Amino acid sequence: MSPVLAGVLQLLALIAALALAYRPLGDYMAKVYSSEKHHRPEKWIYKAIGANPAAEMRWPAYLRAVLAFSAVSVLFLYGLQRAQGILPGSLGFSAIDPDQAFNTAASFVANTNWQSYYGEQAMGHVVQTGGLAVQNFVSAAVGMAVAVALVRGFARSRTGELGNFWADLVRGVFRILLPISVIGAVILVACGAIQNFAGIHEVGQFLGGTQQWNGGAVASQEVIKELGTNGGGYFNANSAHPFENPTPFSNLFEIFLILLIPFALTRTFGRMVGNLRQGYAILATMATIWIGFTALMMWTEFAHHGPAFDVSGGAMEGKETRFGVGASAIFSVATTLTSTGAVNSFHSSYTGLGGGIQLLGMQLGEIAPGGVGSGLYGMLIMAIIAVFIAGLMVGRTPEYLGKKIGTREIKFAACYILITPALVLGFTAAAMALDTPANSMTNSGAHGFSEILYAYTSGANNNGSAFAGLNADTQWFNSTIGIAMLLGRFLPMVFVLALAGSLAEQKPVPETAGTLRTDKPLYTGLLVGTILIVTGLTYFPALALGPLAEGLAS
Amino acid sequence: MNNSVGNTVRLIGAGLRALLVLTVICGVLYPLAVTGVAQALFNDKANGSEIKDQSGQVVGSSLIGQSYNLPKNDPNDAEEAARPDLKWFQPRPSNGLGSNSLNTQYSLILSGATNRSADNGAVGGRCTKDAEEGTLCAQVVAAKEAVIADNSTTGHQVEPEDVPADAVTSSGSGLDPNISPEYAKLQVHRVAEQNKLDVKQVEKLVEDHTEGRTLGFMGEPRVNVLELNIALKSLSKS
Repeated sequence: MSPVLAGVLQLLALIAALALAYRPLGDYMAKVYSSEKHHRPEKWIYKAIGANPAAEMRWPAYLRAVLAFSAVSVLFLYGLQRAQGILPGSLGFSAIDPDQAFNTAASFVANTNWQSYYGEQAMGHVVQTGGLAVQNFVSAAVGMAVAVALVRGFARSRTGELGNFWADLVRGVFRILLPISVIGAVILVACGAIQNFAGIHEVGQFLGGTQQWNGGAVASQEVIKELGTNGGGYFNANSAHPFENPTPFSNLFEIFLILLIPFALTRTFGRMVGNLRQGYAILATMATIWIGFTALMMWTEFAHHGPAFDVSGGAMEGKETRFGVGASAIFSVATTLTSTGAVNSFHSSYTGLGGGIQLLGMQLGEIAPGGVGSGLYGMLIMAIIAVFIAGLMVGRTPEYLGKKIGTREIKFAACYILITPALVLGFTAAAMALDTPANSMTNSGAHGFSEILYAYTSGANNNGSAFAGLNADTQWFNSTIGIAMLLGRFLPMVFVLALAGSLAEQKPVPETAGTLRTDKPLYTGLLVGTILIVTGLTYFPALALGPLAEGLAS
Repeated sequence: MNNSVGNTVRLIGAGLRALLVLTVICGVLYPLAVTGVAQALFNDKANGSEIKDQSGQVVGSSLIGQSYNLPKNDPNDAEEAARPDLKWFQPRPSNGLGSNSLNTQYSLILSGATNRSADNGAVGGRCTKDAEEGTLCAQVVAAKEAVIADNSTTGHQVEPEDVPADAVTSSGSGLDPNISPEYAKLQVHRVAEQNKLDVKQVEKLVEDHTEGRTLGFMGEPRVNVLELNIALKSLSKS
């Protein structure tokens, strides 16, 4: 069997597995977020929090709860890293420096998991397991909560109430993320991922001498890293490290986990707005872009244009033998089209055009299928932009799901899509204009520019993957990427929740013969086009300077 | 005003309590429970898949690659270039591996890739011998030359087009435990000569240690270098 065919078969197997899980998981999540019943352990938690889970929140209250919880999380995680030197169970590792601790805290709370540290030499058991992995759960649950609040905005009328943040947070963790993680972690251990609390220990070698290994709760962190579209590796090599991703099967399973919830949430959306076909239209848009990008990536990586690959005869630099080119390409597209940022192969060593596909995937706003929750709300924002454009063409007031898209709504949507490009392009321009940031580049020329563009694209879009040649552990990059991650995560949430509140207050508009049908293939085509054009217009000049210049030269 | 400050304080308090409760559940109970199950059901794998040689001594992990180099001429010279011990099957290059700069009471290996682009060190769009030292071009060109020179024996000349991509590129982790079956076969003549074994015998050894794609389509075929070398050791002893 040729490697290309094997790659295609792995993609098909992935599609089949996702299709099987789509209905049951999507329906289950809709039930989780609509149910009025509280399990007993959940009641204890609400009591401990001091929150009434049945109290409905309007959008400002919902937003305040999101921000308060996230602010506390940043401070807690920052404090934990700063205190590492005196925490027991930290392997004797010292405290993390202030700028890096801020960057890491912002990164994990913002569901980005950009890492300017080396996991194996910097973070002990307590920070990894009790700090970073906890944020992998809760930052994912926060994203899902905000997405569900927006869906409620569409589903509800003549009210401003969007649900209760504490209930959505706790249910997301308890009923969705934890059960899947327990099963997934055991499957990963069965493949060979490690799961222990051993200290750093010596192991003999074949030709004498020893290697030093870290122990750690790797499998339990690995599974939520993928499932919650977080991406922060226990080890520096992330999912290329054999202890995180030991076999071809574990590799496919991890890609499945990355895509599982973001795709299934479109079913949840359809269920909650009472029209499954609306969910299918969103799903079709996401799947079209995802499959298209994966096919392009396989094509460019198997063709392996580039001076070094002309000599080596294949694009295997930064890729593992057990995965090969095909499974690496699938992983890399899945991780950049969601907000994951885990890598099983190193993006900086992809072909020039391959790097461009990774950049563009993030620049689409990570909506195909996107991060858990953030993918759905990002896509719904684009859906609103698309009906607005269609409305302009035919001269009718645009509507979506029975809600009028008026001045107020379109302002919120426009603000949403302007935030990340402003952060990405602004910070990249600043870094290029200053003298010192360029010293962090490993590669020169077009690829060096791509390293910096990639860093801010990844940060502001909350991805977390890197063209890792860039030495990002400097005060400049730790601070500016940290700021980009926080603003790129929480400013959009402000507009999403404001939009949700505004939609929930409206009364539904009856559907007429002139209403644009948003559950038809025509609309899916319109939506794909809108996404590509909006992103293309925003980023084309920057892409032309980096990956396109590199890719077209070879 | 006082009222809104009070509200904010209450909200922050709620956030802190929520975080602490969820930390206990997701950061303590969950990993402990998974560790318990993992240690009970998959003890060997949960602890790193250690592997023993014929004499029962632990010689590494079947998942973690290691180097098979000759001892250094001067053990204290950190700059001295490593020379492969050609008796043994050689792994992929690992130019992206690092050593730890923090918490230096340990000497940890830092997993990682070179992160170099395909045009790194190229002159006029091509990789040549003149590429600047340390660039990907220089690494790949030098590795290819070395693979050809090391593996050509009397009566068996390795051609440039026989060298597979994995033999001259560094992996993502730097710890890749595997090589492609093509790279293993390429080394057969050399290994047989160095160990005074029959080429057929060594070929058979490689065949026996070649693992196909999982279920026929997942990943790529591969050979585990450590397992292969352990088998080679016992073969050359007998």
